[in-house]
Amino acid sequence: MSDLTLGRRAPAGAVPPSTTLRRPRLPRWAPAALAGLSAAVACGIGLGAGLSSRFQWGLIAAALFVALTYGLTARVEGLRQAKDRLATSLVWTCFLVAVVPLVSLVQETIARGVKVLDGGFLSHSMAGVLTIQPGGGVYHAIIGTLEQVGLATAIAAPVGLLTAVYLVEYGRGRLAKAVTFFVDVMTGVPSIVAGLFVLSFWIIMLDFGYSGFAGAMALAILMMPVVVRSTEEMLKLVPNELREASLALGVPKWRTILKVVLPTAIGGIATGVMLAVARVAGETAPIVLLVFGSQVINNNPFDGAQSSLPYYIYEQWAAGNDASYDRAWAAALVLIAFVMILNLVARGIARWKAPKGGRG
Amino acid sequence: MAKRIDVGGLSAYYGAHKAIDDISMTVEPRSVTAFIGPSGCGKSTFLRTLNRMHEVTPGGRVEGKVLLDDENLYGPGVDPVSVRRTVGMVFQRPNPFPTMSIYENVVAGVRLNGGRLRKSDLDATVERSLQGANLWKEVKDRLHKPGAGLSGGQQQRLCIARAIAVEPQVLLMDEPCSALDPISTLAIEDLIGELKERFTIVIVTHNMQQAARVSDRTAFFNLAGVGQPGKLVEIDDTERIFSNPSVQATEDYISGRFG
Repeated sequence: MSDLTLGRRAPAGAVPPSTTLRRPRLPRWAPAALAGLSAAVACGIGLGAGLSSRFQWGLIAAALFVALTYGLTARVEGLRQAKDRLATSLVWTCFLVAVVPLVSLVQETIARGVKVLDGGFLSHSMAGVLTIQPGGGVYHAIIGTLEQVGLATAIAAPVGLLTAVYLVEYGRGRLAKAVTFFVDVMTGVPSIVAGLFVLSFWIIMLDFGYSGFAGAMALAILMMPVVVRSTEEMLKLVPNELREASLALGVPKWRTILKVVLPTAIGGIATGVMLAVARVAGETAPIVLLVFGSQVINNNPFDGAQSSLPYYIYEQWAAGNDASYDRAWAAALVLIAFVMILNLVARGIARWKAPKGGRG
Repeated sequence: MAKRIDVGGLSAYYGAHKAIDDISMTVEPRSVTAFIGPSGCGKSTFLRTLNRMHEVTPGGRVEGKVLLDDENLYGPGVDPVSVRRTVGMVFQRPNPFPTMSIYENVVAGVRLNGGRLRKSDLDATVERSLQGANLWKEVKDRLHKPGAGLSGGQQQRLCIARAIAVEPQVLLMDEPCSALDPISTLAIEDLIGELKERFTIVIVTHNMQQAARVSDRTAFFNLAGVGQPGKLVEIDDTERIFSNPSVQATEDYISGRFG
């Protein structure tokens, strides 16, 4: 390793070492080359030692990459740069570790889900279809999810929004602290507990039947704290100067909030609500308890059992045969697509409504 | 249009902390009054008590009286919202509403106050206010572009246009030029000279040349020490304050001998 000696050698001539700003550097392609090398070595180790899990190969490669980068940089570039590269390579490794399961999940769902996913699947219910037969569809579950999540949003979004407005614009003293505390507590409520609460209150005590609305109430309980928290953060980001500018024009406080504060924050608020919707769209437990599940189309969320996408997946998987497995995967794909579309819509709204800066 | 302000025995607090102590002064109509003094001496706080913006701050509280042509702003039954419509304010940093266009920014005060005006009236208000703020020529071709896209000096003039669009009697300016370059500052100073024909103007400034250039009367504020409330040292004609002040502390401050 002759370049190491080069790197350490004092510069020749009259120039003392401290005056030069040049330091030996690894070439730009070094990290990529090291990554490739670690991957190759890890594959070699994996094959040689007969490790069956690819996951172990990946971990070996990651550890090798981090160690190699640190060691080589420490020798060539010095300790400070080595620490810098250590941090960089750790960040990259963690990023990959986080992304790999996500990508593989999406890939698996798409690969298995497209098998039975077609127009007929989206437009038919399971009425009259035995679970061991192929065919049938997810239409009744889509209707159920749309109605239940829609109702839950209609309940939770206004309540959450107004709570956040209270906390940021009006809340002082004990009451505001208590509200913040209970919102924090609500964030931690497991979905099954929200479901049991509505079950005992609405269905057992008040003697209403199973319905989509009962499920929507449980979902609303889960959504509310998320909406409050995200809206609160967005309202806090609105500069106080805008509120003062509006008040100084002789605009009453409620109009200032309605016409200046909320429009400035609307993009972030919409994103927060959409994320809350995405969170509850996948809840199964309250649906099992409160909506009961159904094989047929029920368009009325206020009366009678309905289905929903997560419930449908659970039900088809539990049926335990090839035809129902296919349907479960296809429904999972529909659910992921639903959540993703919601996220895209939220981003679109945020970009469209964002305060426009820039010249011109 | 313009009204006289008579302040009597005014003290303002932030919670338990007394920020300004027992201030009395008179501000003449159709004139420019400048407030000068070191940072933290309560100039801005005092300015904000003149249109009841001080109480917007959590813990903000005021004692004493402010008479606007014999009507006490702090009297019982006075609505702070109508006070603020009568006494407008321009802030230190330009703060146009980011969601609104230039046009909407100017009429924001009129519209947000619930006024349902005809389009032609609004157009007239926009042109009059922007011309009043010397901004009309620069923006008349892009009235419906976002107000945040203007330069800092233009934004500040937009905020002045927005403030005068609601036809106030008094205009309070809290260091309106401190975030601006010398050319924009000059534009605003010229504007202040024109606006005093129609409004009573009170301006807080850290720039003593500016106070000497634009104001008719100057008030000097000072504080005895850190944590002490700010006090009015003296108020007099600007010429006198800058040539022959009656209090030694004023002369020390103006000539740079302090501390």
